[in-house]
Amino acid sequence: MLKRLMTTAAALLLAFAVGGAHAQEKLKVGFINVGPKTDGGWTQGHWTGAEKLKAALGDKIEITFVEDVKEGPDSERAIEALARAGNKLIFTTSFGFMDPTLKVAEKFPDVKFEHATGVKTAPNMTFYNARFYQGRYIIGQIAAKLSKKGVAGYIVSVPIPEVVMGINSFMLGAQSVNPDFKLKIVWINSWMDPAKEADAAKALFDQGVDIITQHTDSTAPLKIAQERGLFGFGQSHDMLDAAPKAQLTAIVDNWGPYYIARTQAVLDGTWASQASWDGLKEGTVQMSPYTNMSADVAKAAEEIQAKISSGEFHPFTGPISDQDGKERYAAGVVAPDGDLLGMNWYVKGIDDKLPQ
Amino acid sequence: MPVAEAIILTIITASIPLLLAALGELVAERSGVLNLGVEGMMIMGAVSGFAVSYSTGSPLLGLVAAMAAGAAMAALFGFLTLVLVANQVATGLALTLLGLGLSGLIGVPFAGVSGPRVANVHIPVLSDLPFFGPILFSQDPVVYLAIALVFGVSWFLFRTRAGLVLRAVGDNHASAHALGYSVIRVRFLAVLFGGACAGLGGAYLSIVYTAQWLENMTAGRGWIALALVVFATWLPMRLAIGGLLFGAVGILQLHAQAFGIGIPSQFLLSLPYLTTIVVLVIISRNQALMRSNTPACLGRSFVPDR
Repeated sequence: MLKRLMTTAAALLLAFAVGGAHAQEKLKVGFINVGPKTDGGWTQGHWTGAEKLKAALGDKIEITFVEDVKEGPDSERAIEALARAGNKLIFTTSFGFMDPTLKVAEKFPDVKFEHATGVKTAPNMTFYNARFYQGRYIIGQIAAKLSKKGVAGYIVSVPIPEVVMGINSFMLGAQSVNPDFKLKIVWINSWMDPAKEADAAKALFDQGVDIITQHTDSTAPLKIAQERGLFGFGQSHDMLDAAPKAQLTAIVDNWGPYYIARTQAVLDGTWASQASWDGLKEGTVQMSPYTNMSADVAKAAEEIQAKISSGEFHPFTGPISDQDGKERYAAGVVAPDGDLLGMNWYVKGIDDKLPQ
Repeated sequence: MPVAEAIILTIITASIPLLLAALGELVAERSGVLNLGVEGMMIMGAVSGFAVSYSTGSPLLGLVAAMAAGAAMAALFGFLTLVLVANQVATGLALTLLGLGLSGLIGVPFAGVSGPRVANVHIPVLSDLPFFGPILFSQDPVVYLAIALVFGVSWFLFRTRAGLVLRAVGDNHASAHALGYSVIRVRFLAVLFGGACAGLGGAYLSIVYTAQWLENMTAGRGWIALALVVFATWLPMRLAIGGLLFGAVGILQLHAQAFGIGIPSQFLLSLPYLTTIVVLVIISRNQALMRSNTPACLGRSFVPDR
């Protein structure tokens, strides 16, 4: 009797499952973003990625793209709302969404969460990042070659490992060309405040810097560079249109391939929690054309780009010492990914005091 | 250009959006209306101004459109609070939310494009003066306009009959009404002026300062403008000083960081706000000053009973 009951139950379940498959319900994919999709920077990069995802799998999925969500506890509601609305795969695209994402992930075990630039995982939560530091090493070398004064300005948002790693990589690149290279670092405590970014660029140029780079999202600093006849690097996007005479190159985020692969994995039922960190090689990080520089400098940049991309060279290869002169990595040792993702110290030669 | 000159130059331009928005709010508050929608009016000015400036290629038209957009937002506020007698605080907050959302919607086609630049106006002879030349006489046109507005508003409020009526309405609307002045009309005009100024302040960011539009680009400056009005005890000249002080702290902390003086950046970044709190505390201790300048009917609705 019991056996028969179980067989019936199994048959019923099977019927349900088949029926469900026949209905071909679209997979709902959600994105939570810190800025507007038109920011010309970080969030626009994810928007472009989402559009590529739609182009690739549009007939099987339905995308919800939520903009302007404040980082921190407030974002929990926005993430939970997406989960409640039936989204089965949710990308949260800013560092500050990490803990809220984790909390919601615990509440919704059948929903898959993907958090960008974080460090935490769960059975149903993955983090993904791009090896932007690879690009920053290249632009560090370019800056050291082109700066007449041997000093660059660096406009940064908030002191998270991602940002510190970028500063260090830039500095290591610059030092590989000019060991006495100096860096002036200005924190503005915001990812996007064009007026403040412009103010920071002006302050740096006024203090004699001739090349700037930024880890903030708007094109304002590059525009100031163009006004002053000086140079800078694009962030997240090719910003050549905004500053055709000032942009040397840009580190471009290309999330599309990753979004397509992960969504396909959910559709196939092969999605598993992981920590993904792609870079130049996989095309998640791209360099826009090298402009406004001599052919020699551009060629050297392309060469180091090829070396990093092929894995022949890693920007964080020892000997690397920290600010206090303590050796962190001996000659020939490559910093492990875990160290990079939790980086909270400056390399030797940086004068700034790291806000803790 | 020497660093000191360059710093002062940036301080002046950084304080202009705050100064313009605060000046408009000061006039509105002097008439007894508390409009917390400054941020919303600023951002609407920023987006409308940029849209027109970009589409027509004329920054001047952009600035005019920004003032119109700010005034339109203010007219909505005026209609709700003065005619329909809605709560001023709630309506003001709603105006900010409306402005932030609506501007994002309007601005979609204009995101990521570069608008025409505004050339600085070099006043002949004077701009060649050492030090003062570049700082005072080679600025963009809006800086001159803002300086003129500070003096103009001060003169209007304290040296003209119309200004006296406006202050009377703000201090005691019942008496002003009994004397035959139209409280609602005076307040409506003051609110419209406030909206136009806020719109202009927002447009300064999008047209002159960065020549681009980005969602939420006013980044809370409307709220700082509101604080500045109290900071200035409703006096235009003090407002100018307060605006410059706020701009100065904001710019100097960037220079301090670039210079590498070793003070934690979080502390430097919070300086503008700490300064505001400290000055507000000092000002509030002077009871006589507060009493003589605070509009007595600030935030109170007026319904003519006959």
